[in-house]
Amino acid sequence: MTAVLEVSGLKTHFFTHAGVVKAVDGVDFSVNKGEVMGLVGESGSGKSITGFSIIGLIDQPGRIVEGAIRFNGDDIAGAPEETLKSIRGNRISMIFQDPMMTLNPVLRIDTQMMEAILAHEAMPKRQAWERCRDALGLVGIPSPEERLRAYPHQLSGGMRQRVSIAIAFLNKPDLIIADEPTTALDVTIQAQIIYEAQKLTKQTGTAMIWITHDLAVVAGLADRISVMYAGKIVEQGETDDVIDRPLHPYTVGLLGSVPTANNRGERLFQIEGMTPNMLALPKGCAFSPRCGFASEACQVPPPVEQVASRELRCYHPQSQVAAE
Amino acid sequence: MTDTTIQTSGQVAAKVETPFQRFRAEFFESRIAATAFVVLMVIILLAVLAPWITPQNPYDLGQVDVMDGRLPPGSEAFAGYTMWLGSDGAGRDLYSAILYGLRISISVGLASGVIALFIGMVVGLIAAYSGGRTEAVIMRVVDLQLSFPASLVALMLVAALGKGVDKIILALVVAQWAYYARTVRATALVERGKEYVEAAQCLGLSRVRVVFRHILPNCLAPLIVVGTVQTAHAVSLEATLSFLGVGLPQTEPSLGVLIANGFEYMLSGRYWISVFPGIALLLTVASINLVGDQLRDVLNPRMKK
Repeated sequence: MTAVLEVSGLKTHFFTHAGVVKAVDGVDFSVNKGEVMGLVGESGSGKSITGFSIIGLIDQPGRIVEGAIRFNGDDIAGAPEETLKSIRGNRISMIFQDPMMTLNPVLRIDTQMMEAILAHEAMPKRQAWERCRDALGLVGIPSPEERLRAYPHQLSGGMRQRVSIAIAFLNKPDLIIADEPTTALDVTIQAQIIYEAQKLTKQTGTAMIWITHDLAVVAGLADRISVMYAGKIVEQGETDDVIDRPLHPYTVGLLGSVPTANNRGERLFQIEGMTPNMLALPKGCAFSPRCGFASEACQVPPPVEQVASRELRCYHPQSQVAAE
Repeated sequence: MTDTTIQTSGQVAAKVETPFQRFRAEFFESRIAATAFVVLMVIILLAVLAPWITPQNPYDLGQVDVMDGRLPPGSEAFAGYTMWLGSDGAGRDLYSAILYGLRISISVGLASGVIALFIGMVVGLIAAYSGGRTEAVIMRVVDLQLSFPASLVALMLVAALGKGVDKIILALVVAQWAYYARTVRATALVERGKEYVEAAQCLGLSRVRVVFRHILPNCLAPLIVVGTVQTAHAVSLEATLSFLGVGLPQTEPSLGVLIANGFEYMLSGRYWISVFPGIALLLTVASINLVGDQLRDVLNPRMKK
């Protein structure tokens, strides 16, 4: 399997008046062709910033300070704007959280879809239009010709998210970064959207980074999971491994706080405390103040350790996988 | 199953009213606005049709007879037609002169409004999208410009440039572009922060395309409102300048020139020379403003019920 995207040592910092916010602080991962990687974490853990760093859309006062983003072998971290522009929407596309906001309210669907094609490829309008129609059909929108003539406000939330997905797949990109694409949708629509996305990645071989805070979503969708906390990936591995035998206490906590039907009536587990202030991170392991297993050793930032097929940043792995 | 889907989508398509239809319905909800709109349309129509519906061309000195000077409303002109609104000191039929004056006033107002809108729009968009130093410089120039009263700026410019339609349009543009620039920048800043702009950037669209194709159409609502109000303002500003004698020349009387002409006769009881052009000016400016107010209410999403 070839890696479509290889991120190594990525650091994206924001230089604010109050101090430096290390939103992404040394992130390594890679995504293979046709693979779905789930990037999981709380709000403010740096998962969206990771996505925007890849596509080169970090606004002032932030910038990529260190690290390499190798896309199909070329380092695109800090690449010139022209290069990035030719990649955006063409080789790497994005799907955003709120479908109510990501479509321009005053432009018709066909206009918005066609310009995504025509920005990267010269072709007759008719041909572009046909491609848009087929793309809408592919994501399960009934009577696509009619929908193409509609304005975004005439479509429902789920329908609009399907349009966003269709736009993302229009140019058959190598990688799609989906930034919480189902968070704003209700559960049944969520399931449909996940199904469509999964189907399309399998059909087209497009790799996908699915950013979410919902472990239940990625559990059924992703091949691999990366758990992010305070700008660092604390645990990374095959989905089944991570879900079944979480190693990092944070992952354990996250999984424990997913409601299930099995322990009805009991108080739901929750991780003590709050996400740390990104301006004043705790010394050593950022999770240590909230961690029940923290020890003296945790005052020193834990290095990345390879445990079986997994990468981990913790001195206190929670389950035994050494036997494997 | 497929049949039902097609049926329902067909029904939906039939029920959807176009944005314009909804806009029209909301606009005419207010009686005042509807009346103002009708009045404005009548005024514009009269102004456009002036050469065909007036007995005299007041700009053609061959048709103006000094013998007809200062006749009260309803008098008969030397040439045989009735001067329903009387005549001014030079013997112009006031009804004709007002319609021709409206023509000039409205076209000057519109031309300066459109040019100022265009300049202000581009400058404001550039300021909002580029940010940083460019924005700071542009907006300080706008602030500087707005710290002078528009009438003062226009007065100074016209005094320096001289009389003439082109010069007064230039003066009005200079006096007004900053209002548009400020409005556009404020709206564009809000729009720029919205997700669809980010999404458009993620599609790899060019900067020009994002600004003019995505941000601009979303800024149009407030721009239209400011545009109508500023056009009314331009019409009255032009009348002010002409009244003061620095605007349009006597040979091309706009409403302001007509009012100024009659001003000296007011105390001698010949009210009509000033009052009728004054009423015409008042109706024009008031109706444009009322239409503008209603546009603001309709186009402002925060005021939607």
